[in-house]
Amino acid sequence: MAEKQYDWSAIAKNPKFIELHHKKQAFLFGWWIFSTAYYFLLPIGAAYAPGLFKIKIIGVINFGYIFALSQFFVSWGLALYYAHVANKDFDRLTRELIEDLHL
Amino acid sequence: MTFKRIIIASSLALSIAAAAFAEEPKNASVTSAVATAATATTTTSPATISGAETKFETPAAVTTPAPAKKRELKANKAITLTMFALIIGITMSVVVWAARQTKSAADFYAAGGGITGTQNGWAIAGDYMSAASFLGISGLISLYGYDGFMYSVGWLVAYITVLLIVAEPCRNAGKYTLGDILSFRTDPKPVRAVAAISTVAVSTFYLTAQMVGAGKLMALLIGVPYKTAIVGVGILMVGYVVFGGMTATTWVQIIKAGLLMSGATLLSVLVLAKAGFNPIAFFDSIVNSLEIQDHVSKLALKDGVTLNGIEAGQRFLEPGLFLKKPLDQISLGMALVLGTAGMPHILMRFFTVPTAQAARKSVIIAMFIIGGFYVLTTLLGFGAAVNLTPQGIMQVDKGGNMATLILAQQLGADIAPIFGDLFLAFLCSVAFATILAVVSGLVLAASAAIAHDIYVNVIKDGHADQHEQVKAARITSLVVGIVGIVIGLMAEKANVAHLVALAFAVAASGNLPVVVLSLFWRKFNTGGVIGGIVVGTIASIGLVMVSPNMTYPKVVAEGAEKIIVAMETKQAALPAGAQLDENDAKALAKAKVDVLGKDGTSMMGLTKPLFKLKNPGIISIPLGFIAAILGTLMFPNRRAEEMFDEIYVRQNTGIGMAKAIDH
Repeated sequence: MAEKQYDWSAIAKNPKFIELHHKKQAFLFGWWIFSTAYYFLLPIGAAYAPGLFKIKIIGVINFGYIFALSQFFVSWGLALYYAHVANKDFDRLTRELIEDLHL
Repeated sequence: MTFKRIIIASSLALSIAAAAFAEEPKNASVTSAVATAATATTTTSPATISGAETKFETPAAVTTPAPAKKRELKANKAITLTMFALIIGITMSVVVWAARQTKSAADFYAAGGGITGTQNGWAIAGDYMSAASFLGISGLISLYGYDGFMYSVGWLVAYITVLLIVAEPCRNAGKYTLGDILSFRTDPKPVRAVAAISTVAVSTFYLTAQMVGAGKLMALLIGVPYKTAIVGVGILMVGYVVFGGMTATTWVQIIKAGLLMSGATLLSVLVLAKAGFNPIAFFDSIVNSLEIQDHVSKLALKDGVTLNGIEAGQRFLEPGLFLKKPLDQISLGMALVLGTAGMPHILMRFFTVPTAQAARKSVIIAMFIIGGFYVLTTLLGFGAAVNLTPQGIMQVDKGGNMATLILAQQLGADIAPIFGDLFLAFLCSVAFATILAVVSGLVLAASAAIAHDIYVNVIKDGHADQHEQVKAARITSLVVGIVGIVIGLMAEKANVAHLVALAFAVAASGNLPVVVLSLFWRKFNTGGVIGGIVVGTIASIGLVMVSPNMTYPKVVAEGAEKIIVAMETKQAALPAGAQLDENDAKALAKAKVDVLGKDGTSMMGLTKPLFKLKNPGIISIPLGFIAAILGTLMFPNRRAEEMFDEIYVRQNTGIGMAKAIDH
């Protein structure tokens, strides 16, 4: 089963691929930076804004606790959002590209 | 085939025999010496430094009201060993089944690409969550409250990087190892060689920490001597990998993740039931616990802060009782967020699924399992603090590693005494399965790097038939496993607490920059890969060698002097003829030994750390990236640039990979 030869640079110039690549890059790096920044607010906030973390929100449960817990939900939410966008947009564009190329 | 079965059966018999004939421990109650050692399972706990900090606490501990009875943790040996045997039996039958399916190199390294997204998600979780996550983090929470919880967050957030940046591209562009991805458009031989070296380095650091932790944990839990435990765990680990390859390793990891989640869920339900399933009441009980208040006020006193009553209880829910160096936390956070995505044993998991969609699904499932586990861990940690009191937990283990287990025994026994024993035995076997799953994944990753990258592709130029490749993989796993056992045996007395953080730092500084750049940067080339891996790896290791993780006899001696003074003052204050209690006398004796080392130096010949942080990531990660970029620019390569379109199209679309499977 010899591997099929592809003209990679032609595929790379295909408008569908360029659209896929732009959408993906913007989404992936944009949200990666968001999630990383959101995460580092936790150790930075705990160290330099202890007053904020001490504010009680529900009963004895304080802002710091809710913020740390929110990290889990933000990560899960982002994972689900990514799955939604990837399944809907990225996979569709990939399929269309492959059809275009008659592979 | 029969030969294989005989070996499998005999290794099974050997490990059971090893456990059954284990010597009775000389002292079943856990002494502080063992306890300090056991904190090795807590990855970066500062409580493990054997220097001044820990010992300086001794005078403070003196004022603790003497408890009526010293708390002990004793697992019921018969029940525990039965459960262990059950786990060994189930996993070994998986191995026999898997061995029959492992015929080609793709079967051995990637389970033939036949793992589903859901299965892989559970396996990733099983591969990732070590005994340190299971026992260490809940222990930290039980002793230091909020900081333990905050510490756990980074371990989940790390998966965002895995999900967004590496999982799908690696599935689309890779085959079995890190070397496959990196050598795509570079000079394959040197690149595979350095990739293999960094993979082996990361795996060895992580494996050593896990093996030593395993030995100490088993000694603590069921009284098996350290060396027997290492050999037993080692034989099983080798058995899984050599015979069953990736298929068996995957199922061991899935079984472990299932056991871990059921144990944690069950215990959390018991904790919540105690609080009447009312979270507000649960948190109120933390703040109102007199013992927690007392414990926190002592912790705060060390920072020169006086806190009393409810104020002290509330402080338990606020940051800063344990993680006192923000820069170190940020540095560790960087190593986690970037290092997880560069961990060879995690990357390798994405080669086991057939498509990028399955890889995506598997990360998302893993994130829910891992995140859910850490949320439950908070309940367990706080539940242990409320129900066992921090003082009670520290009597069994100063680092709190036993908190979850004592909690299981107590809450189980509250229902009926036999439940206490059963539940404790169950959690002990979960810890056992946890260790097995993690070490097997590491052995497999290291063997793949040596057999596939070095032997098949560098030495044999890629000319090896399937039979030879599988044979090479099996022999390598056997050798790697034996080396792992030997290192485990030799490292019994070594301080291994920093090795997990070091593994993540090397993965983040050496592996991740080159993986990302080779997937996304057109100009990236051989010079960049070699520069990035070599500089990132050496910088992380070098910085740790001169960091506070090493033992500095002079610093230890200074701490010891203070203890001697404190103890002598205390002795003087005692009524005539009275003696210091056992712990104090031990501390004094040890301090007197330590103080002799005042002219000594660390391994690197230093009297005090050159680099102030325990975690090198904040320096070594940028260095890794800079070296990769400079290496690329210094040795431009036209072919690497021309081939970028290929890897970029492949990693984004899966074209090429998908077809190879279809035909």
